[in-house]
Amino acid sequence: MEYLNIFIKSAFIDNMVFTFFFGMCSYLAVSKTVKTAVGLGSAVIFVLVVTTPINYLLETLVLQEGALSWLGDEYATMDLSFLSFIMFIAVIASIVQLVEMLVEKFSPALYGALGIFLPLIAVNCAILGAALFMQQKQFANIGQATVYGLGSGFGWFIAIVLIAAIREKIKYSHIPGPMRGVGMAFLLTGLMGLAFLGFLGFEL
Amino acid sequence: MSEEKKSEPLFSKKNKALITNPLNSINPVTIQVLGICSALAVTVQMDNAIIMSLAVTAVLIIGNVLVSLMRNIIPGKIRIIVQLVIVAALVIIVDQVLKAYVYDVSKKLSVFVGLIITNCIIMGRLEAFALGNKSWASALDGLGNGIGYGLVLVVVAFFKEVFGSGTLTIPGLGKLTIIPESVYDMGYMDNGLMLLPPSSLFIVAVYIWVQKTRNPELIED
Repeated sequence: MEYLNIFIKSAFIDNMVFTFFFGMCSYLAVSKTVKTAVGLGSAVIFVLVVTTPINYLLETLVLQEGALSWLGDEYATMDLSFLSFIMFIAVIASIVQLVEMLVEKFSPALYGALGIFLPLIAVNCAILGAALFMQQKQFANIGQATVYGLGSGFGWFIAIVLIAAIREKIKYSHIPGPMRGVGMAFLLTGLMGLAFLGFLGFEL
Repeated sequence: MSEEKKSEPLFSKKNKALITNPLNSINPVTIQVLGICSALAVTVQMDNAIIMSLAVTAVLIIGNVLVSLMRNIIPGKIRIIVQLVIVAALVIIVDQVLKAYVYDVSKKLSVFVGLIITNCIIMGRLEAFALGNKSWASALDGLGNGIGYGLVLVVVAFFKEVFGSGTLTIPGLGKLTIIPESVYDMGYMDNGLMLLPPSSLFIVAVYIWVQKTRNPELIED
């Protein structure tokens, strides 16, 4: 039940795109067709599920205040949390590289579908954002952190697929010149955000 | 930096364009659609917006200059990771400075200070400009883009705060009341929607609309 709540909260209530505007750059740039949106969305889910638990371990075993106590008493008072930005981004960048190589080796079909999107993801703020929120929320165990990653990724996935579907349809509508393209995408995202506000306070 | 080899004046026409273009025709937020995450999320209060744009501008200028100084020794294949490390180090410094001097604001900005690392404006300018230009031009380019980014943030924050809570929080001046008490007595109410995330998107959409109506050459087809 705990896990289900975390999933629903991260996917719908605290939706990455509509509440925090994470990953908006790629969200607006890659949402012109549903097919590419599904590709990028799945790649984001994949990377979030892999990196969030690793960053959780890094946080609890190395960075947090007192986290180094397993090394011995003299390390027990160390607080390395000021290093968390650089550590998280290094983990994300290297995991993305590693995942790209593994996927290319073992599943060429998946690589064909996700391949071009993976390098893009290293600098997608949704990934680093999830890591930083994970640090702030202080999850009790690695399972909760993984579910949080999965939920955030799923929320991002539905957001980008929905907007891509709308943008495909809207291509043939008559929109005032200055609003064509980006302007309309902003307005649509705002309206979708309003709809997602309906999930506020929802709990199982 | 003032002794450039060619006798180009420091603020030649070309260099001035580096600062003024990002304000309008190549604005990083509304035209190039970069760095939106932070632009929209930190704009509930004016002081957050101002401090966030100062932080981004500082990282942009210093990052641009550093990468531009190192542009001939960075191997092409690993340039992204080198840039990430430079930016991450700068952001750590900015974060520590903010925590030391404006602790309240840094609490409110929370994770968004860290997210400057993945702000696409910074990576975009490093890739597109600093890797191929001299350091003085890169510094100006960073300054111009920082101001262009700040401009949008300040406009969004102005509308959100004035119509959402009737105040304007400016660093150094504190919270100013914009809408007088007498207006509330007549039955005026703050617009609660303005405090919610979607309103930033609406304001930016209208901003783009106005900007492109005034500059028809920017319209997409």
